[in-house]
Amino acid sequence: MNTLGWRTVKGLVGIFTAFGFLFLIGPLFVIVPLSFNAEPYFTFRPEMLMLDPDAFSLRWYENLFNDEEWHRALFNSFFIGICATILATTLGTLAAISLNNRNFPARRTVMALLISPMVTPIVIVGVSVFFFYSQPLIGLSQSYIGIILSHAMLGAPFVVITVTATLAGFNQTLMHAASSLGANAWTRFRRIQLPLISPGVITGGLFAFATSFDEVVVVLFMGGLEQRTLPRQMWSGIREEINPTILAVATLLIIFAVLVLFTVEWLRARTAKQLQPQ
Amino acid sequence: MGAFKASWLALPLVGFVIVTLLVPIFSLIRLSVYDSTVADALPKTAEALKEWTGNELPPIATYEILGEELTAAQQTREVGRIASRVNRILSGSRSTISKTPRRLARTDAPDVRAAFISIDEDWGELAIWNALKQATDTFTSRNFLQAIDHRLMPDGSIAPMPESQQVYVTLFIRTLGVSVAVTLLCFLIGYPMAYAMAHASPGWGRLLLVLVLIPFWTSLLVRTTSWIVILQQQGVLNDIFVFLGLVADDNRLTMVHNMTGTLVAMTQVLLPFMILPLYSVMTNIPRDLTKAASSLGANPFQAFMRVYFPNSLPGVAAGGLLVFILSIGYYITPALVGGSKGQLISNLIAYHLQTSLNWGLAAALSVILLVGVFVLYVVYDRFVGIDRMKLG
Amino acid sequence: MRTHLTGVLYFSALLLSSATIAEESLTVVSFGGSYAKACVEGYHKAFEEATGIKVNLEDYNGELSQLRAQVEAGSVTWDVVDAEGPQVAIACDEGLIETIDALNLPPSPDGVPAEEDFAPGTLTECGVGMVYYATMVAYHPDEFPPDKQPTKVEDFFDLENFPGRRGVHRSPQSVMEIALMASGVAVEDVYDVLDTEEGIERAFGMLERIKDEIVWWEAGAQPPQMLADREVSMTIAWNGRIFNAQMLENQPFKILWDGRVVDSGGMVIAADAPNLENARKFIEFGARAESQAGVASHIAYSPVRKSGFDLVGNHAITGEPMKPHLPTNPALGGRQLTLSTEFWLDRRDELIERLAAWLNR
Repeated sequence: MNTLGWRTVKGLVGIFTAFGFLFLIGPLFVIVPLSFNAEPYFTFRPEMLMLDPDAFSLRWYENLFNDEEWHRALFNSFFIGICATILATTLGTLAAISLNNRNFPARRTVMALLISPMVTPIVIVGVSVFFFYSQPLIGLSQSYIGIILSHAMLGAPFVVITVTATLAGFNQTLMHAASSLGANAWTRFRRIQLPLISPGVITGGLFAFATSFDEVVVVLFMGGLEQRTLPRQMWSGIREEINPTILAVATLLIIFAVLVLFTVEWLRARTAKQLQPQ
Repeated sequence: MGAFKASWLALPLVGFVIVTLLVPIFSLIRLSVYDSTVADALPKTAEALKEWTGNELPPIATYEILGEELTAAQQTREVGRIASRVNRILSGSRSTISKTPRRLARTDAPDVRAAFISIDEDWGELAIWNALKQATDTFTSRNFLQAIDHRLMPDGSIAPMPESQQVYVTLFIRTLGVSVAVTLLCFLIGYPMAYAMAHASPGWGRLLLVLVLIPFWTSLLVRTTSWIVILQQQGVLNDIFVFLGLVADDNRLTMVHNMTGTLVAMTQVLLPFMILPLYSVMTNIPRDLTKAASSLGANPFQAFMRVYFPNSLPGVAAGGLLVFILSIGYYITPALVGGSKGQLISNLIAYHLQTSLNWGLAAALSVILLVGVFVLYVVYDRFVGIDRMKLG
Repeated sequence: MRTHLTGVLYFSALLLSSATIAEESLTVVSFGGSYAKACVEGYHKAFEEATGIKVNLEDYNGELSQLRAQVEAGSVTWDVVDAEGPQVAIACDEGLIETIDALNLPPSPDGVPAEEDFAPGTLTECGVGMVYYATMVAYHPDEFPPDKQPTKVEDFFDLENFPGRRGVHRSPQSVMEIALMASGVAVEDVYDVLDTEEGIERAFGMLERIKDEIVWWEAGAQPPQMLADREVSMTIAWNGRIFNAQMLENQPFKILWDGRVVDSGGMVIAADAPNLENARKFIEFGARAESQAGVASHIAYSPVRKSGFDLVGNHAITGEPMKPHLPTNPALGGRQLTLSTEFWLDRRDELIERLAAWLNR
């Protein structure tokens, strides 16, 4: 085959790749304008394509802001998400610090155990915690505590992974230096280690929060009516009848995702800078 | 000493994961093989039936004992649970059992057996007694047998379910098939995307990375919703097809609430999990390698296949296994866009958990799925290394 | 500092909540959608006004798992639950709901005792019947020529004369009965036939005729939407949903009353309900003929009380006379079957599995 032939092949692969990106990101961009549709349809009407201002409206957002059930769902999502994140981040950071030690006994096995919530099929997690928490002596089914514990368990592996990754680039000599200057373990941790690994901790925490914020199976199986979160409320909406209010929620969640993404990337860039030899 | 102190810090999380995940999973396993409802409620009947051979109706004394215990169970309102357990073994026996204690006091038959039979003729048959005897076993293989479309016969042998009731094996196979298909699709679509990201100019590379990360961070429910909106009959894609004249307006394509919908939506949702590990491996493949191969006379295809691709294999393995493991337990997307033909095993688990209340069967189906994933997890750990997992 | 403390207290109160609900209130769990709205307008508001007890209305989708988990864990938060006939019986047998013995159900306005006024089978051990609803065939008239509109349930299974896609509920309940009636089984024999192997095969045989054209639905809101989108030409549906589409959205849908299956839904009290006394008051209030008729002025479901049916007047919004739309009205004609709770208790699990297996075939 000559150079021209290879160019054609390359071009075709390029087009295919472009379609891949379109396939991945396109669906999200379809939702955003449709959430401003003045009519309860899920497709672009000619008026919308001609950018007629009358074809657009904020009515679905108004619906959303006036609906108590969505308010409760929003509150629940943040309440559960924040509690689970605090728990997951604390436990996960401590575990990552100790796992950073090469002499850690059975390091690989412990790591596999700590990561296991991430790879256990979510439906099995949901079924297990539902049965377990609804036993007579435990009685945490349909309670905030049960859901928070489960979400913290699902989010902790992300913290372990991100903090471990940050620690891998962490310069141990700093700790030795501090130690030789007479700082005790707690001071060393608080004044040196924590500030250095904080981007990793925050990134892990964001992952944990996103995990809880997006989780629906555990809430679906175990949560009662009082614990409905945003994704749980969306689930009901989609099953019953998709109405454009769902698209309004979806748009807000996309904006939220973009904000989280840029925070994480900014933190990552900061860590990378910090780790560069001065 | 220092090592000891440090490992102490990991204990809280280890304990936490054990309590919130491993213990619940063990209680799940227990639930799949253990059920003492009937044995606890009818202890004397269970005792009496132990001696019973199953070839002829039990003696009148057994009827008497059962009558007493059922009446007592009626007072404590446990009779419904007994009835539903037996009904799972012998379909149609629920009402026979639940009406018996209610009517027993009111019959004027000469003996208890006749009284039972006057309430329902089924009490004169061996089938219901065999079912009752089976239900008094506290440890049971019934749930697992049913999960693989088999059942326990009265004589203790194992036989396949009648063909008209075989559901689960087909679903397990379908789940496996869908997972393989989604993994392959993710690989086919994701590989060139990861390549483009890894080898584009820094500016483009960052932009493409953002394009992959936005869906990665966006709620699963949002992405599933968008597929319904796009694929439904009055949806965006059909409108485009009609506008382009590809399909007639009255003959719009059905792309959602079937297998197509499940495959398309699952592939898009899981694609980032394939791309990100691939990308992180590819950024570490030196570009000089392929250049060197080309300079030695290899054409681009050979250079790619012989040099580049083998170097990217760790990423393929990591991404592939991750996508496969995630898709095998997928619930939300198939439940919302799958319709009746696109349902996977997890949907049946949810059904038995929430609607039929057959929790033992839900547990058995989950355990089978879990064992499959556990094997994959071990494979993953052996070949890729769990601690090398990277995010974003 | 104080706000800080209040915040902490508030959070811990939330964590421990479930049991902490204001005194004079109760939690009513219902199916949501237009039925719940009809209940709120029909009698919840009147109840709140008459007693000063606040009704907290919550939605669920008819699944018993949450109630069972609450009862098993000993932390019940629900008081009154709306449920379908077979679900009421299962929950009652399993001890998930209270018996109705302690209730003092009001007589009819002209003094007929409740036991005689309620239709047979609608007052059960644990449940107080509220309304009858029908599962039947509905169609879009524009899908068929004016001189060839469907007239009988057989037409649903006749693709040759009535082409088009069909919506079917993905549940054997009611669908199997409709199929058998369409295959020519007399109404009074349906359950005897369905209790045999041949009967089940016969019902599947009818579904087999339309299998390639079936669009399955799961939520009650889907059939009217599918008809409106012309995704199907005919569909099995719940009459209240079709009625609402006709009334409130001016849809031209038609109901085929022939071959309908009617079932009653009712109210139950959760076992160990936290507000037991209020729950009893609520059900006694809801069981009045006026309450049932109130519901029927918002949605086309028949009161199960004879006196309630007699009281039904016009639609609250459009003023349309409601009686001609009520599924148990004898004037509708056509075949009408009452759902057998006992049959579905016995055979439900098995038939659901058989339907799943048939779909996989």
